[in-house]
Amino acid sequence: MITLNHYLLLSAILFCIGLYGALSKKNAIAILICIELMLNAVNINLVAFTKFLTPGDLTGQIFAIFVIVVAACEIAVGLAILIAIYRDRSSVDVENLDWLKW
Amino acid sequence: MIESIGIKYIWLVPLAPLLAFILITFLFKRFQLLSALTAIFSMVVSFILTFDILRVILTGHEITMNTPVEIAVPWLNINGLYIEMGALIDPLTAGMLFVVTFISLLIMIYSVGYMHGDPGFSRFFSYLALFVFSMLGLVIANNYFQMFVFWELVGLSSYLLIGFYFYKDSAAQANKKAFITNRVADFGFMIGVIILFLYFGTFNFLELAEGISASTDLAFLTLAGILVFIGPIGKSGQFPLHVWLPDAMEGPTPVSALIHAATMVAAGVFLLARGFVLFASASATITFIAYLGGFTAFFAATIAITQRDFKRILAFSTLSQLGYMVMAIGLGSLTAGMFHLTTHAFFKALMFLCAGSVIHALHKQDIFEMGGVFKKMKITGTTMVIGGLAIAGIPPFAGFWSKDEILLVAKTNGFTFLYVLASITAFLTAFYMFRLIFLAFFGEKRSDYHAHESPLTMTIPLMILAVFSIFGGLIGAPFLEHGFAYYVYFGEPHHPHPDYLIMGSSTLIAAAGIFLAWLVYIKKAISAEKIANQFAPLYKFLYNKWYIDEIYQWFFNKVVLSISALLNWCDRNIVDGIAHGIAWLIRTTGAKGRYIHTGSLQTYGLVIFAAVVVIVLFLAGPVVGGVQ
Repeated sequence: MITLNHYLLLSAILFCIGLYGALSKKNAIAILICIELMLNAVNINLVAFTKFLTPGDLTGQIFAIFVIVVAACEIAVGLAILIAIYRDRSSVDVENLDWLKW
Repeated sequence: MIESIGIKYIWLVPLAPLLAFILITFLFKRFQLLSALTAIFSMVVSFILTFDILRVILTGHEITMNTPVEIAVPWLNINGLYIEMGALIDPLTAGMLFVVTFISLLIMIYSVGYMHGDPGFSRFFSYLALFVFSMLGLVIANNYFQMFVFWELVGLSSYLLIGFYFYKDSAAQANKKAFITNRVADFGFMIGVIILFLYFGTFNFLELAEGISASTDLAFLTLAGILVFIGPIGKSGQFPLHVWLPDAMEGPTPVSALIHAATMVAAGVFLLARGFVLFASASATITFIAYLGGFTAFFAATIAITQRDFKRILAFSTLSQLGYMVMAIGLGSLTAGMFHLTTHAFFKALMFLCAGSVIHALHKQDIFEMGGVFKKMKITGTTMVIGGLAIAGIPPFAGFWSKDEILLVAKTNGFTFLYVLASITAFLTAFYMFRLIFLAFFGEKRSDYHAHESPLTMTIPLMILAVFSIFGGLIGAPFLEHGFAYYVYFGEPHHPHPDYLIMGSSTLIAAAGIFLAWLVYIKKAISAEKIANQFAPLYKFLYNKWYIDEIYQWFFNKVVLSISALLNWCDRNIVDGIAHGIAWLIRTTGAKGRYIHTGSLQTYGLVIFAAVVVIVLFLAGPVVGGVQ
């Protein structure tokens, strides 16, 4: 029997993988992909809670669809920025993207 | 209520010149004749109203010094600080109003001729109108606050007019000197007024007079009296704050006549008369006033003997005569002081206007470069001699009556020293004045000049003033039943009785002074150079005006500048040091702290995540604990 805890555990594992990737990857595109993983972990949480706590409603599912849409937009903008950076620097390595200091 | 247009519309007396000032400054500046006419017309309005007030007082006998008429409107009312704007009408006010409006009117007419062709013609009349407004506001004031406001305003207009030729360095220096000296004095006056208000809770003259009469706090009254008296010391050029007045002669001559001889400098004496009850309340104050006035009269007269500049001699003469007035008030006779103020206003304005007429024609001011001017300028010369006789105190000219009144008071009140000092001063006055007249107007021509009589706009005021200088004194002659003393007095009117001893001796003294001047400068029986050489140190001492200016300069250079240097050091090192230290601390902290910012996105992300974890643990802690 798969319970709510299983879903939450899956979601937590997925979130941690995404977070680790986002904080450790050097390639900016990989970081974007990792952020997608974190967002999907959240989506699983939303759907799971709806299914187990208020089975009649579709609140969580609809929220998840919103998150997917927003994530798609975000990726579009993020990639556009990365392309702009790449044109400027011929690299998307975050080690070099440290202009936010001082 | 007394029916009088003048009293009903008294607010118009000062406001008419103010209106003229505004109109000239903002509209008529380009139209010279219109500017002059506006100013003169406003003076005519003020003069007619004043004349009506004077008529009511002289004929009605209803308004006296003890039963004045007061008109006031509230001006400022903040939590117990109640200040009025108003008019206090009594014979003192009326007399002063008459002097100010009458002489202003004549001098404005005179200025049309004197300032003809000057590029600042309109500006001159606008400043004059501003001055007259301030002066009239001061005279009618019914409380110390209003008086102080206008007191400062006359100071301002005096500053503007002394510096009328502001492109001349000496004029710019002179007006600064006048303004700063007056500020020093006004500060004393201001503190005096403030402590009076704190003690009695009112600025109003009449209410204060009641409070002061009832008060027995002698120490306070002495302090307040001395502080308020510092104002007149500056404004009326008493020793040691007289230094600005001779330098004020840098202004155009009509200004010297109006402001620095007849009216503004008399404001100090007027204040002494207006606040007489305060000064009279403490014997220390009043005695101090008497001796300071007497000393100033003598001191300025000694300087006047040695000066060479036409206007400067008159300036020192003004200081000396102001000393007489202050002394008279200090001796307890408001009547004598105000009487001398009135007659002096006539003859001193006359002499200054004569000076203007001569300077206008010759473009010279040194009397040793003149000589024989009388032949070319008959009217000016004649009127000047009349002025000279008046100030010297030859009967029946105006100065004779008022000076005798002062001498009489000194003698009857038992101040023998001051009586002797004043008599010596009278001798000096006659001498230096006729030295001036003989050197400038008589004898042979001592330099190359082309003189011609001045235009009618200038000579007519001279003639009118000459008439007043001859007969003006009769209003206070001791033979009159209802003379000056009947109207202007303090307490109870007293009738002066003619003292023939004083009259005779003072006439003799004046005649002796004139005779000596004649011997030295016309007959040349005594050589002035020889005397000057024989008493060289004394002569130099007097010629350099007792070195007062030098003493101030020394004081300024040594004392004021050292204190300034010390304060400057404190400011730079202590005050700025603290401010700079704080700034340095913050800047250094920032400089070191900025290295925390690595610019690496992932480091920031990690810190944010760690912070979220900490916050979540902190918030969830109790819940988790509860579950266990």
